Amino acid sequence: MLTKKQLFTRGMLDISPHMLSVIPFGIICGAIGVELGFHPYLVYAMSFIIFGGASQIVFLQLLSGGASSLVAVASVGIINSRHLLYGAVLSEYLEKLSFIKKLLISYVVVDQGFAESNKFFKKNRSEEFLHYHLIGTGCTMWVCWQIATLSGIVLGSFVPEELGLKFAIPLTFIAIVVQDLKKLDHVIVMITCGLSSLLFFDAPFKSYIIISPIIALFVAALLLRLKK
Amino acid sequence: MTLTAIIFAGILTYFTRMTMIALISRDMLGDKIKAVLEYVPSAVFPAIIFPGIFINDFGTFIDMNDPKIFGALVAVIVGYFSKNIIATISAGLVSYWFLIFVVFN
Repeated sequence: MLTKKQLFTRGMLDISPHMLSVIPFGIICGAIGVELGFHPYLVYAMSFIIFGGASQIVFLQLLSGGASSLVAVASVGIINSRHLLYGAVLSEYLEKLSFIKKLLISYVVVDQGFAESNKFFKKNRSEEFLHYHLIGTGCTMWVCWQIATLSGIVLGSFVPEELGLKFAIPLTFIAIVVQDLKKLDHVIVMITCGLSSLLFFDAPFKSYIIISPIIALFVAALLLRLKK
Repeated sequence: MTLTAIIFAGILTYFTRMTMIALISRDMLGDKIKAVLEYVPSAVFPAIIFPGIFINDFGTFIDMNDPKIFGALVAVIVGYFSKNIIATISAGLVSYWFLIFVVFN
């Protein structure tokens, strides 16, 4: 049985390789916000209040492009609605926690943290303090995201644009799913999601990001039925 | 004004994170739904990966000889065999840089 501290540290270690892509992306996000003409305090407030990667850039780009606040807020909500799926998966492991702890832990659920903690949870179901792993991944992400966006805001885009570091984001997610390419059913689900995301890319409010997972999960349900 | 919008966007985002964790109990999800939820990573992350590779900053499709496609393929191969996140990201970036700075320059 691992202690709370060991699980927290394990979570930190499991997510830290992703900081290779998260930190440059955070710097870019901070810098873009200021370049678009928003007050530095507002750009930073987003990292604290929304804490949602790409949705922060989309929000500012929409506002600076003349969209209404309502459209910008709705887009952030739709982009981040994928967390509902993460929550549904995690709820099984967090069930024993008190309501207050669930409310607190929810704030730090992010893509990479969900991915790494979910992998750990599946292999270590019997651990008593499993949620400390999720706190470890989430807090590491939170601290790095705050520091990265702040440095982008204060120092400007000191990461050269020619390097194309935004490309590190798809790469980080490739690293997360690549081992599932061994399983044919997962490959089919991934390709369904990927192609749908390209097909629906122009759907309003960036809704491709939730439409394609829903289509892919329907395909997964069909595959499960065929397997029987 | 903008701050108000940020706060609303933040509350909405927090609700997407909190709803399923705090308001749903295990009994509310049947075995079939739980089996489908096993596929969530495979069903969600390609929606971030594919547009990140195949669609450029202006929202249009890239050419089929775009360096990003090559970089992504290298990342998939290195990631599959190394099982290492840093190796996967670095291999993808370095091969991408090799193409844009050395080959196409």
